[in-house]
Amino acid sequence: MTTTADALALGLSRDQALAAYTTVCRARALDDRRFLLNRAGAIAFIISPRGHEVAQAAAIAALQPGRDRFCLYYRDFAAALACGFTSAELMLSAFARADDPSSGGRQTPGNFGSRRRGVIIGSSTVGPQIPKAAGIGLGLKWKGEGALCYVSFGEGATSQGDFHEGLNFAAIHSCPVVFFCENNHWAISVPQPLQVAGAGVAARAAAYGIPGVAVAGDDFFAVYRAVAEAARRARAGDGPSLIEAQVLRLQSHSTDDDQRSYRDPGELAAEAEHDPIPVFQHQLEELGWLSEAEDRRIRAALEEEIDSATALAEAAPDPDPSTLSRHVYADG
Amino acid sequence: MAERTLVQAVRDALAEEMERDPRVCVLGEDVGLKGGVFKATEGLQARFGPERVMDTPLAESSIVAVAQGLALEGYRPVAEIQFADYSFPAFNQIVNEVARIRYRSNGDFGCPLVIRAPTGGGVRGGLYHSQSVEAFYCHVPGLKVVLPSTPADAKGLLKSAVRDPDPVIFLEPKKLYRAGREEVAEGDGALRRLGEAALVRAGRDVTAITYGYLRVVTLQAAARLQEEAIEVEVVDLRTLRPWDVETCLGSVRRTGRVAVVYEANRTGGFGAEVAAELAERCFESLDAPVTRLAGPDVPAMPFSPALEQAFLPDADRIAAGLRRLARF
Repeated sequence: MTTTADALALGLSRDQALAAYTTVCRARALDDRRFLLNRAGAIAFIISPRGHEVAQAAAIAALQPGRDRFCLYYRDFAAALACGFTSAELMLSAFARADDPSSGGRQTPGNFGSRRRGVIIGSSTVGPQIPKAAGIGLGLKWKGEGALCYVSFGEGATSQGDFHEGLNFAAIHSCPVVFFCENNHWAISVPQPLQVAGAGVAARAAAYGIPGVAVAGDDFFAVYRAVAEAARRARAGDGPSLIEAQVLRLQSHSTDDDQRSYRDPGELAAEAEHDPIPVFQHQLEELGWLSEAEDRRIRAALEEEIDSATALAEAAPDPDPSTLSRHVYADG
Repeated sequence: MAERTLVQAVRDALAEEMERDPRVCVLGEDVGLKGGVFKATEGLQARFGPERVMDTPLAESSIVAVAQGLALEGYRPVAEIQFADYSFPAFNQIVNEVARIRYRSNGDFGCPLVIRAPTGGGVRGGLYHSQSVEAFYCHVPGLKVVLPSTPADAKGLLKSAVRDPDPVIFLEPKKLYRAGREEVAEGDGALRRLGEAALVRAGRDVTAITYGYLRVVTLQAAARLQEEAIEVEVVDLRTLRPWDVETCLGSVRRTGRVAVVYEANRTGGFGAEVAAELAERCFESLDAPVTRLAGPDVPAMPFSPALEQAFLPDADRIAAGLRRLARF
């Protein structure tokens, strides 16, 4: 775990760290509420970021939303919030409302997209964003303005050919891309040993001649440091990097899955004790950047924010059925 | 105006569009140094440099994915898939990513991109250099699919495809790459609109709707039938999605008999869609059943010349089919 002295040496301000912490808590509070809504039958389907939030917020904190491009994947709720999505917007998406900014209620929640925010709309297949990010990186390299493309995925996606093709292309052409694997060790019910042979995901970077770094995903400052270094390299024209953040999946794959049916109860109980949010909270307290009172204030404000986001989304209109055929082509 | 083969016309279209618009770039396997296995991009890398004409790794999914990434950054990429048969490794990128990005983002993102690929058989390419893949892509809303059969159409339609705001699958019948020359205009004068069929031979007895290499064979069959006093009207679709229903309907309403002539496997081929649409829309004009004259339902075109010939509808078979229809 990063020491207080090392954390201070990163040059992050208290405000930046607290903003990231608030994002993490916002993602968790949203997730809790969406689960309740799902179990109450109000929303159809969600994918939980539970256990990934700190790693996601740390990665985006090391980048420049508004300047960089972000190819997120479906578990990236904290990352999306860090890129500028609001609780209300993500709740509109959960309810599949017309004003869902990502897709107007067309896609399942978690396929984030916003051109003005540089968040490239996702899809639900696993891994296609990886070589796409290489192409975006190539375009950014040609423009030469120092922007980069961040792309995230789970360890299951690294089994796809698109993982290889994307890293290979980006490495050959020194594309400014940060490949960020959120390794929670489970692809629905398939554990890492049946998904990834050898030393793990980061070790695969060696095959492409690029840096590969494994980092504890519950250590905000360690993830921040790894992504900041990858970003520095990318902006300097030194090419892509692969980062593997080791995280826990503290919730089932989705609301249509129950991991208790295939995972060891003892292991689940042990993992539940390693929630990354209290770890981050403790780090901030050690730095003297967060008090218990401040933490209570942040969480209370988020509860109110999510109450109003839920109310807004519940009351928002569904897409008009007459719009079903819109946006198939540019002229429609 | 200059005399051009189809492959030269493709090259001219790319060069003109790259000259006109600095955002246009070309990428694919062997497109740079070698100038493409069919020489469709010959000389372009020397002229425009190794970035704008880029040799990619041998990996079709990333060719399409990288092209989409470039399109998202405002470039106008033209990706080459070396043979249409090899577009399948990129199928997910084309169908789930490229074709659906506008729809799934509710119009926030678009993907102006052209994917060129030589298609069809008759060049001793065997099972994996001869396939007709258009039906797979015509099934996908969000894609446009173009399949020209003359140098002027190839140039004009490719230029329009490059300028189109949506993704275009541009299939080039490889058997026609060097089959003949014709006068081809330069610059904007060469432009052809997507979605317009060409009535390439007038006739009052039977309509043959075709595209690609079989346009040539259908015209041979029509000439043969003229000697038997059967007048065949031939329509070349040129663009398959969106296809020119009105031109086809107009012809079928005049002749009352129609065959759709295509090289791909018969079942679920694009001609089946044309047949279904015409049957729905002009049933009252029909004097004979809407007919398909198509490739057989075998996996692909074999390497042996005897088997290749047996696969490809020739003028005799097409003439026989049209004759049956005329006499129905």
